[in-house]
Amino acid sequence: MNLTLKIWRQPDASSAGAMQTYQLSDVSPDMSFLEMLDVLNEQLNDKGEDPVAFDHDCREGICGSCGLMINGDAHGPEVTTTCQLHMRSFSDGETITIEPWRADAFPVIKDLVVDRSAFDRIIQQGGYISVNTGSAPEAHSVPVPRDDALRAFNVATCIGCGACVAACPNGSASLFMGAKITHLGELPQGQPERDSRVVNMVAQHDHEGFGGCTNIGACTAACPKEIPLDVISQLNKDLRTAIRHGH
Amino acid sequence: MPDTVSAAEASASGFLDGDYDDAAGYYTPGTPLVDTKAPEGPIAERWQNRKFEARLVNPSNRRKLSIIIVGTGLAGASAAATLGEAGYNVKSFCYQDSPRRAHSIAAQGGINAAKNYKEDGDSVHRLFYDTVKGGDYRSRESNVYRLAEVSTNIIDQCVAQGVPFAREYGGLLDNRSFGGVQVSRTFYARGQTGQQLLIGAYQALERQVSAGTVTTYTRHEMMELITVDGKARGIIARDMVTGAVETHLADVVVLASGGYGNVFYLSTNAMGCNVTAAWRAHRKGAYMANPCYTQIHPTCIPVSGSHQSKLTLMSESLRNDGRIWVPKNQADCDKDPRDIPEEDRDYYLERIYPSFGNLVPRDIASRAAKNVCDEGRGVGPEVDGVRRGVYLDFSAAIERLGKKGITEKYDNLFDMYERITGENPFEVPMRIYPAVHYVMGGLWVDYDLQSTIPGLFVTGEANFSDHGANRLGASALMQGLADGYFVLPHTIRDYLADGPFEEITEDHPAVVEARESVKGRIDHFLSVNGTRSVDSYHRELGNIMWEYCGMERTETGLKKAIDLIRSLKDDFYRNVKVLGSAETLNQSLEKAGRVADFFELGELMCIDALNRRESCGGHFRGESQTEDGEALRHDDEYAYVAAWEWAGEDSIPVLHKEDLVYTAIEMKQRSYK
Repeated sequence: MNLTLKIWRQPDASSAGAMQTYQLSDVSPDMSFLEMLDVLNEQLNDKGEDPVAFDHDCREGICGSCGLMINGDAHGPEVTTTCQLHMRSFSDGETITIEPWRADAFPVIKDLVVDRSAFDRIIQQGGYISVNTGSAPEAHSVPVPRDDALRAFNVATCIGCGACVAACPNGSASLFMGAKITHLGELPQGQPERDSRVVNMVAQHDHEGFGGCTNIGACTAACPKEIPLDVISQLNKDLRTAIRHGH
Repeated sequence: MPDTVSAAEASASGFLDGDYDDAAGYYTPGTPLVDTKAPEGPIAERWQNRKFEARLVNPSNRRKLSIIIVGTGLAGASAAATLGEAGYNVKSFCYQDSPRRAHSIAAQGGINAAKNYKEDGDSVHRLFYDTVKGGDYRSRESNVYRLAEVSTNIIDQCVAQGVPFAREYGGLLDNRSFGGVQVSRTFYARGQTGQQLLIGAYQALERQVSAGTVTTYTRHEMMELITVDGKARGIIARDMVTGAVETHLADVVVLASGGYGNVFYLSTNAMGCNVTAAWRAHRKGAYMANPCYTQIHPTCIPVSGSHQSKLTLMSESLRNDGRIWVPKNQADCDKDPRDIPEEDRDYYLERIYPSFGNLVPRDIASRAAKNVCDEGRGVGPEVDGVRRGVYLDFSAAIERLGKKGITEKYDNLFDMYERITGENPFEVPMRIYPAVHYVMGGLWVDYDLQSTIPGLFVTGEANFSDHGANRLGASALMQGLADGYFVLPHTIRDYLADGPFEEITEDHPAVVEARESVKGRIDHFLSVNGTRSVDSYHRELGNIMWEYCGMERTETGLKKAIDLIRSLKDDFYRNVKVLGSAETLNQSLEKAGRVADFFELGELMCIDALNRRESCGGHFRGESQTEDGEALRHDDEYAYVAAWEWAGEDSIPVLHKEDLVYTAIEMKQRSYK
């Protein structure tokens, strides 16, 4: 395949960025999208041009490092991570536009690399169950109904890639937060901190500069792990309950 | 020596009378390593005794003591969380943008624990026994027993954290069995167990960040270890965003920096996994043990072409329901597998190993796959003239459990396979082939997980101690969490009880020297301005390692590999092309430093493999096999840990041997037939 790539280049956080155009030939449909960028980078390096910086690590769709806006879609045209997107999803002669995640709360570091540390700071505000090491009761002492465990698992699969934020016109991280709140809220272990968790996480979310949720649903459509939209309803419900409880 | 093997074995293995040392000239013999600090007494009481004897640190003194932890995977994040809770000052470093992305997250299958919830005969002793046997009697007895012992606490801890393990309808935890064992002791969260365990540890870590006991340094790479008066006292790290070379000092340093499988270039490791933290410590005096012990995982997606950047593992749990076969006749290899009748299929694992069948340990499954492909009965696309793939067939399981049952059990694995290969495994059998997955070698540690440098502790995959020559499925996650949650926090306090430690400042000569050496390396890579990219060197090194130090090794091959590595390394230092500057995010520069360390490690791996003229676990020496081609161990000669000491830039390494002594378990030749 022969491709025209339009890629966002930005030397660092404080410099202005711009789109640049590259031609790439002999792309195999079996390559992953990131392998295609590897090939481009080898060519740039040979020519003495700075290779394109992008985040990636496991290349198995699970670590959540990678994330590109491809032709305006977070992670591109398929419901998957960028590393698991393959070039067979594109056609010969196509022009592909590649940009970093777009969100105020995810400032660009270089080229296609953004800073997502705001997600860690949200988790720091209650995205956990407080249990010190060694003080846990016997695992079978608290049975969890199978369906609850399944539901908790399904939403716990969030990889924190940030596609939900990038896809949202408001730049909201409600799907990310809703997934964690639902995961921990489904389990008996998560109940004691349920109210404080949601209140503190939402406060941090707003403090970081993420936008509000207006139920557009672009987040869930872009989510590579298919986290359902109803985790946001759960988030709102938990928040109302917490406020009613006086938090 | 030769009189310890039978005549038949000797002739099969090509042994000749007289002394032989394949690695003579490649190393200097050193003094034996005698003190492993393993406690005496009955094995079941050793850990309890050690915990009791380890000195305590008063809570008010803990906040005056500082700990650096490099790596935030299962071993690093769990250690940081636990030591933070205890009240120490912890600095946690990772090269990723968030601790949550450490490669433990990609582990799929599960985690073992001797809970005996199935009442199928499991016990701490049986988990211990299976693990030592699975490691081909090349792991340390005391360490493995402790691992089995604390395994039950791990499950309790993770459940309390909200890790959503699979459950049965009654609300209790479900288990499954895994390769190499005959009991159901593996706890799992569909095909994403590593992710769920890591998120649990990550959340515990972030809780401590909020509590102020842990400070995280993300996008930071450890570039050098600082030692003062022979003790580890800090690290030099590079801020990968600004390029700043930073000095971080502490009373003790913990390396939880994972494995070095990426020396092979193609592996199931994350792209950023590297050996630098461990290798820099090795150059400062930490011994590197059994570096040639590499686990080749049997169930990975085969290579599709030369562009490939990494390999993807399919959980070994698939072998519970999938049946492995190749066509009996070479002529059938390019046919649609669905058109090959039952009688023309060779279910070779079930045929050769009837009692374990498709659940034989990883090394056996891997080598058997390689053998049938080398015979010319492999399937899938031809790469370099050979079809390197075997079928993993779920048709019987789909009939038995239904598509829904399979999806519930294996979740994303079927989707993942289809996404990568473009083939639907519900319709056509999956194709699998072995790939480099995990390394059992690593920095040498004593029973306390302390390296040969006082004050440098090493946990998880970065150390060598628990797995021996091979690793049973679902035991890596167990070791990472055991070390981080339950072992290190006890042993490190004994070391910290010596505090307060002498204060070190940034202008201490040892600190200045470490910082200058890092800057010198960076300047070198940026100034070469040669013609070849870092990646091209890494690929070439990887090919050499896979070809000569991979699934099967021989004396001739290993010697050739060492020559090839030495000349490639020489060329790398003279001809590598790294663009950009040091004061910015520079991914080529990051890779250059890592590949430089892989060259030195790769050479040591070959020397270690050369020294070990026996086949055990994942390490198969062509010169040491039985008449029917099975791995042949030589316990009388090689029941030792090979601990290598760095002797300097222009010197050959020094080999120290630690004898492996088994008191609670009898050494046996493995047989899975």
